[in-house]
Amino acid sequence: MIKAVMMMNTQGKPRLAKFYDFLVRCLPVEKQQELIRGVFSVLSSRPENVSNFLEIDSLFGPDSRLVYKHYATLYFVLVFDGSENELAMLDLIQVLVETLDKCFSNVCELDIVFNYSKMHTVLDEIVFGGQVLETRSDEVMKAVEEISKSEAASNSISLVPKSVSGWRGGR
Amino acid sequence: MDNLFQRSLEDLIKGFRLQLLGDSSFISRALEEIRREIKATDLSTKSTALHKLSYLAAIHGVDMSWAAFHALEVVSSSRFHHKRIGYQAITQSFHDQTSVLLLITNQLRKDLNSVNEYEVSLALECLSRIGTRDLARDLSPEVFTLLGSSKSFVRKKATGVVLRVFDKYPDAVKVCFKRLVENLETSDPQILSAVVGVFCELASKDPTSCLPLAPEFFKILVESRNNWVLIKLLKIFSKLASVEPRLGRKVAEPICEHMKRTVAKSLVFECVRTVVSSLSDHEAAVKLAVAKIREFLVEDDPNLKYLGLHALSIAAPKHLWAVLENKEAVVKALSDDDPNVKLEALHLLMAMVTEDNVSEISRILMNYALKSDPLFCNEIIISVLSVCSRNAYEIIVDFDWYVSLLGEMARIPHCQRGEEIEHQLIDIGMRVRDARPQLVRVSWALLIDPALLGNMFLHPILSAASWVSGEYVEFAKNPYELVEALVQPRTDLLPPYIRAIYIHSVFKVLVFCLGSYFSAQESSSGSSSTVYESILNLVNVIEIGVWPLSGAYDVEVQERAKNVLGFIGMAKQDIAKKVNLQDNEAEACRVTAFMEDAFSEELGPISANAREKVCVPDGLELEENLGDLEEICGKFLKPVESDSVSCTDKISFSVSKLRIRDQQEASSSTSLPPKESSSLLAEHRKRHGMYYLTSKKNDPDSNGTPNDYPPANDLASEILLDPLDPKRKAKHRKSRPVVVKLDEGGESRITTSQAKTKQESVTDDESLSRDIQSALLVNKKGKEREKCEGNSNLVVVQEEETSRIEKPQNSEKKKKKKKNGERTSRKHRSRRRSEVASSSEQVEIPDLLL
Repeated sequence: MIKAVMMMNTQGKPRLAKFYDFLVRCLPVEKQQELIRGVFSVLSSRPENVSNFLEIDSLFGPDSRLVYKHYATLYFVLVFDGSENELAMLDLIQVLVETLDKCFSNVCELDIVFNYSKMHTVLDEIVFGGQVLETRSDEVMKAVEEISKSEAASNSISLVPKSVSGWRGGR
Repeated sequence: MDNLFQRSLEDLIKGFRLQLLGDSSFISRALEEIRREIKATDLSTKSTALHKLSYLAAIHGVDMSWAAFHALEVVSSSRFHHKRIGYQAITQSFHDQTSVLLLITNQLRKDLNSVNEYEVSLALECLSRIGTRDLARDLSPEVFTLLGSSKSFVRKKATGVVLRVFDKYPDAVKVCFKRLVENLETSDPQILSAVVGVFCELASKDPTSCLPLAPEFFKILVESRNNWVLIKLLKIFSKLASVEPRLGRKVAEPICEHMKRTVAKSLVFECVRTVVSSLSDHEAAVKLAVAKIREFLVEDDPNLKYLGLHALSIAAPKHLWAVLENKEAVVKALSDDDPNVKLEALHLLMAMVTEDNVSEISRILMNYALKSDPLFCNEIIISVLSVCSRNAYEIIVDFDWYVSLLGEMARIPHCQRGEEIEHQLIDIGMRVRDARPQLVRVSWALLIDPALLGNMFLHPILSAASWVSGEYVEFAKNPYELVEALVQPRTDLLPPYIRAIYIHSVFKVLVFCLGSYFSAQESSSGSSSTVYESILNLVNVIEIGVWPLSGAYDVEVQERAKNVLGFIGMAKQDIAKKVNLQDNEAEACRVTAFMEDAFSEELGPISANAREKVCVPDGLELEENLGDLEEICGKFLKPVESDSVSCTDKISFSVSKLRIRDQQEASSSTSLPPKESSSLLAEHRKRHGMYYLTSKKNDPDSNGTPNDYPPANDLASEILLDPLDPKRKAKHRKSRPVVVKLDEGGESRITTSQAKTKQESVTDDESLSRDIQSALLVNKKGKEREKCEGNSNLVVVQEEETSRIEKPQNSEKKKKKKKNGERTSRKHRSRRRSEVASSSEQVEIPDLLL
């Protein structure tokens, strides 16, 4: 299973962090931040043009590996265990980035910063409960668009004046 | 109204980026705002506040557990936007200890039954990440329904959530497993890959329970062209083949097909990995896999190179020929930029080491170590050390060379493996007699070098060197220089416990020299003045060097220094006398002789099982706890108490006192306990209470008084610990010195970091696998019932029994047996029952596959 998905910039600031491993999720928030910092310190010391895999048993428990990819100012990191294939995980990062690209057209770090919830939507379509759900970026795009449409639809109700909703009891 | 002025998440983010206040103050201001807003009754305000809070929690590590109830309120809204925010907050922040977890069940149920598939997916995502046992139990019926839903979007996600549900609530298997298995036959590739993914996880936890599904997996393996599905299937088969070797034969064919046909490197790698780890007996498959590995190794892409080396290292234990074929690639990889690649290459190189090439390979590696960064350098050192010391130095023929290699390692600038080298120096000294001269030579070189004293990583090595020089001083060329090295002023840099070792070695050297001086005096009639001069010099040097330490702060150092100085004081007089010592009455001479004797006993290695080999002497009775001792030895307790009891946490009895006890006392002890001894003991306990173990258990053997004695074995080991004479095994090898090996069975002292222990909660997995097995049997039983003609109770009962005894799969044979079962009369049922009880739980591979 996939234990975690992380995105951080080259200064170590986390842009997205999602943990699927049951044990990690029970840790307090500070410990999770520590994990992110730990991963960053390992990544930042890697030279260019080397392999994208690392063993990080010390941070995530036994049988943990991570794959990372460096795109411009961002590190995309996937932490997984022995039941995932390494090259397939590398592919998955590719799928994720492609989808983001389609979503935001020429995605850059700022897009990721300002569209926190959309990021999560996209990620939720690809990785679900630690399992890979969808590997075709156009399918993911379709689903994400549907969700955004229903959100927008539900938001349009807010145009109804406050007084009416207040009269009805506010719910 | 407040909604209009509320800052949205976007505003928050923008504000954060532009602010000049400082991160923490900005965050605390924002938090105050959020706390105010979140209490509002209007759901939009609440949800925006919650949204901001979840952002802060995720990115900046703010704690949001206090907002749990608010999240629940937001989730109950009918608007999709709010629901999303609420669920996101919940999945992020809820964990097993959240108090409001119970309240979410109904909401989840409502959403799981919703028409809108996106609401369903939100609820499923939430369940998959925060699911507890109760939630899993309550919602498994809904999950079951969704597994059969017509919308593939929903079915995919329901499959994903099944894993968590099974993990937390194994009984759900009975309900949902059938649907899961049905989904295996779906044509939608995404659902298939989700299902296969779930089975992969289940198989890793417990392969035997998924074994009955092997035929279905096989079908998909042969037919499917989807790489993701195939990769997961390969992983499943790898796990299954390890429990059922016959599977390997069947599966090797299609795997080879895939390997030859596919373009995708990930699939090739997975095939290779499966073949070398689980199907390593199939020569043809292995050959093909190794050919593919070679293709990986010559690629430029560092990822592929690393993976190729990794696969090779998995293959190495059983197929060393594969590694040898690719030797050049491995050696080239040692100098690669990538640390991963280097490490794998190192391990592969170590796997290739044999008796003949060990010195050559070590030479190459030492050169690399000198040139590399500290991390890799130490990796090299530790791997060389572990390989060479495996199985009591099996590989080493030339110990002189190895000992000098150890000395060389000590001089590598980045060396941090002092303890291991120390251990090996001493170990070789004890086990290999013929290596001792070289050992002393190397140690002397290390001791005399003042530069090494400053490096704290080398201190263990220096302590070993000094011990070796003291112990085997008879091989030293020049004891005088040795002593000079041991007392040099720079040894102040050493920690006290090592200094103590130094001083003791000085003592041994002194005794040796004095002994030889005195014996030379006796044998030759006159004493030459040069010998006299030199011994006097030696003694003086020692005195000058050790004297300052007699006032040292550390007790050990002080004591040993004073011992040495006292000995010198006594010996000096006799040296100065220069008389004819024929009569042997001189005190110093005698004492020296005694000391020499004491030091001459050889210290040898002790087997790990030494203690067990000691047979208990007669008359000594060892009991579980020594609760009876108080009555028996009551009269002895008094003197023990009045003397200053040694302040250890055990009361020490002498062996003689234990042996005095005889059977009659034993029988009478179970009756009335003499109150006198218990009161004495109680008094003693009061006085020295802190040294007693806490009395936790009420042992029926003990006579009601809450006294826990340390378990008998500890006492016995204290009393009976003697170093055993090592068994000497002569090795019949030309010119290889004798290595003393004890029959303990080689335990490697260096545990590789790759030894991982999987800690599985056994009970949970067991119950899960039992459920899966029973679910599968129910499946098959259901199918049988449809095909069976008559449905009588007898048949059903006997079906159950037959299905448990025989193979659980449908086949013609099965039907015949069933008919036989029908014909067998009822009187055989009892026999069958006992058979069922005794039959093992082994599930066999059906005949279809073989």
